[in-house]
Order: sequence, then structure tokens, then C-alpha cells
Amino acid sequence: MTEFFQSLGMTYEWAWFVATFAGILLIALPVMLAVAMVIYVDRKVWAAINLRRGPNVVGPFGLLQSFADALKVMLQETIIPSAANKGIFIIAPIVTFTVALAAWAVIPFSETAVLANINVGLLYILAISSLSVYGVVMAGWASNSKYPFFSAMRAAAQMISYEVSIGFILVCVVLWAGTFNLNDIVMAQKGHGFGIINGYFFNILLFPMWVVFFISSLAETQRVPFDLTEAESELVAGYQTEYSSMAFAMFWLGEYANILLMCMLNALLFFGGWLPPIDWAPLYYVPGIVWLLLKAFFFFFMFSWVMATVPRYRYDQLMRLGWKVFLPMSLIFVVVISGYLMATGHYGAAA
Amino acid sequence: MSVAHLVKSFTLWEFVKAHALTLKYFFKPKVTINYPFEKNPISPRFRGEHALRRYPNGEERCIACKLCEAVCPAQAITIESEPREDGSRRTTRYDIDMTKCIYCGFCQEACPVDAIVEGPNFEYATETREELLYDKAKLLANGDKWERAIAANLEADAPYR
Repeated sequence: MTEFFQSLGMTYEWAWFVATFAGILLIALPVMLAVAMVIYVDRKVWAAINLRRGPNVVGPFGLLQSFADALKVMLQETIIPSAANKGIFIIAPIVTFTVALAAWAVIPFSETAVLANINVGLLYILAISSLSVYGVVMAGWASNSKYPFFSAMRAAAQMISYEVSIGFILVCVVLWAGTFNLNDIVMAQKGHGFGIINGYFFNILLFPMWVVFFISSLAETQRVPFDLTEAESELVAGYQTEYSSMAFAMFWLGEYANILLMCMLNALLFFGGWLPPIDWAPLYYVPGIVWLLLKAFFFFFMFSWVMATVPRYRYDQLMRLGWKVFLPMSLIFVVVISGYLMATGHYGAAA
Repeated sequence: MSVAHLVKSFTLWEFVKAHALTLKYFFKPKVTINYPFEKNPISPRFRGEHALRRYPNGEERCIACKLCEAVCPAQAITIESEPREDGSRRTTRYDIDMTKCIYCGFCQEACPVDAIVEGPNFEYATETREELLYDKAKLLANGDKWERAIAANLEADAPYR
């Protein structure tokens, strides 16, 4: 894109700036639109499983429900509690929202459509997703209210616990792909299963890691059954309790943007990203982004499906699962996978 | 911990089973009634919005006996009466405070001439509280509007009285 703006007579620096800015808008705006639609899908899936209809009044099939909600929220007053730490209270939702959008910079939507094709894309995502806990902790602290504070403490502990095992799972994927670059990881999955199936999903050693990764991504995004940070019966609405209006909406958008990001990561790391599911030439005529979005949507459906099915974990069960099941399991798999790769001399396949 | 238990917990067997069940429910027909467009059938005895009925010749039925006012447990009914020019006793005022009413149906049970009835209408939400303080004109208008449905309901319920 930089070349295109250069051809309009800009200097290289200006062309780079404008191209990057356009790229950011090209990713951030569709992501926000996707978040709005995905909230609608979420509500529809829960409703269907509960034998309800879900939103069906605003627009055809209720498709515009999220936009109606957004309008309502924008017209409301932002209430700042008098005892709150005003500065941090206002910054917290902005941090959550910004961090949730920042991670999208390295997501490859197709072979070429990626804003920042950096070599350590996966590390970047790991770093950004660790940052997302800051918004929650700041909100909990600045609200100066006990329930948000409890919620923030829980969120911090929970995200740290599950990030450890997510880290080891990513190590497994990186070992097999031999690269941290997300695009190269996707390419390494080409024809991985029996020479025709794209994706690490059918790899007998990586499949258990996918299961652990999926469950950890539920925990990482604080979805049911790991939504202890907003356990209504105990903590009112968790760290969002004192928030209203757009500040609340930004938490919400950030949360769903994170969920979408995790769906994307599931698709990119284990299901072949923008590659078609089967390594068969005619399927490559469908643009890569269609495959990626289909896969991400499938994972989003699984997220809602889980949400409508399972009850919430108790806090000690959450910690037990993170530290006593997932961490040892992913550690063992790091050893097993690296051992297998060394034994077969198969490592660094894409390098 | 038995082997069966280990296998079950590591294959997430219970979760898989639960998700299969919820997926089955996902495709089931929905039970919610699509309210403003679909409505539940209601009983002929349904006690909804009040109405004052008239005889077929247009004469109002109410004879101001004040039995409904006396029986009303919420004291929502206020009646004043005096003889009309033709000598018959009629109400000059018949008010129901719909915000007080508990929809017990005692008024229509007490009424000797089937004048005050609770009709089948339940969709009369208003934007102000004052609109729910019904006067005689409003109640008679309700009676005129809902007469066919009310008469049909009374007819359907008559064998059981």
C-alpha cells in the first residue's frame, strides 16, 4: 500500500504513515463491526439453546440489536463515583479497549493481508494479551468499591495462571512450525494431516494441546465457565459494577474483541488459518480471508455453545485446573513434542 | 482413582455429553411466543381491563346498587348516584382506580345485572398514572368496544355458574 501512496506523489515517510494508518482503520473498523454482529450471534445462540428466540425485533431477524444497544449506551450519562480515582477510572476502559484492538495488528487475514508481518508475531500477541489484565485491574482499583476490587484480584490471578499454560502450548506450536511468524506458522500447517488436511488439528501430539488451548482461551477471555471476575451472584457485575454508558460499552467491546482474537488464534495456530481445510487445488480459489473468518466463526460458535452449556467453576477449581492439570500437561507435551521432533529430525520444518 | 475415571476425565466425557445435549436443544423448535405478533389463548374467565356494559337497546346496565364498591377489597371503586328524570336510579359517577385494582373479579361476581365486568383486554399500558384513573365514560366506552368479546365469554362461562 505504501507504493500506492508514493505513486500519488508523497515522500516515502508520508506514504508509509498514511498506508499504515489506512491499514489500522481497515482492520479496526471491521473488527468493531464484527464485534457488534458477534454479540448478536452470541445472544442468538444462547437463546436457541435455552429454547428462546433471542433478539428478533430490531431490524430483520434482530440483526441491528447491537447497534440499538450502542445508541442507547451512547445517550446515557457516564457516572463517575465520587470516591473513585477519577483519572485511572477513566483510563481503565480505554486501556482494555486499546489493548484488545492492538493485538489485531499481527493477525494475517490472508497470505499478504497483514498489517505488521513481524517475525515474533506470536510473542507480540502473548505480550499484548498479558497486558489486557491491566485494564481490569485498574478498573477494579479505581472504582474504590469492594466487589470490583475482588473481581480485579481474581482476574489478575486467573489470567496469569492460564497464560503460563498458554505460553507452553504456543511453544509446542512454535517448535513444530519452527517460527514465531504467524504467516509462516499457517504455511507450515499446509498438508500437515496425512498430506491433505491443512492444520495441526489432526496431529495426534498437538490435538490435546489444542483442547487445552481452547479451554485456556475461555479462561483468558473470562468466558463461562471461567467468568469468576463477573460472577453475578457474588460480585454484582465484577470490575464493571461502577461503570456506565460508553465506559461500560468499551469494556464490553474490548472483551468481545479479545474473544474474537482468541477465536482467530485457534483458527490460525491449529486449524490452518487462511488455508482451506483440505489441501485441494479448487478450494484455493476461495479467498483466504473467507476460510479464516469461517473458522473463527466456528470457534466463536463453540465459545457461545460452551457458555450456554456449562456452569461456572468455583475459584479453587479454577486454580486447580490451571496449575495442577493444564500446566503439568502442557509441560509434558513440550518435552514429548520436542523429543519427537529431535528423534525424527523434523524440527524447523518451515525454516 | 480408577482407570475408567481417568479416561473419562481426560477425554472430557461429561463435557462432550453435555454439549451434545445442548446442541440437540439448539435445533429444537423454540417455545417462546413471539408476543406482540403471537398471543396465548386466554380463558373466558380471564380478568383483564374493566368495562361497563349496556343493554342491547343502549340503556346502561348499572343500577348504582354499590355492591361492587362494597365488595372491592382494594377500595378502587367510587360510585355516586341520584335518580334520573325518568325516575330510574343511575350512577352520576363510576370511577375505578386501575392502579389500586388487584383484578380479583369480586366486582363482576357481585354485580346483579352483569354491568361491571372484567374483559379479555390486558394491553392498556399508559404513559401517565392519571390515564389509569378510569371514569364512567371510559368504562362505558370500554364496554362498547369489547361488548362482543365480553358477551361471548359470559356465554361460554354460563354453564358453570
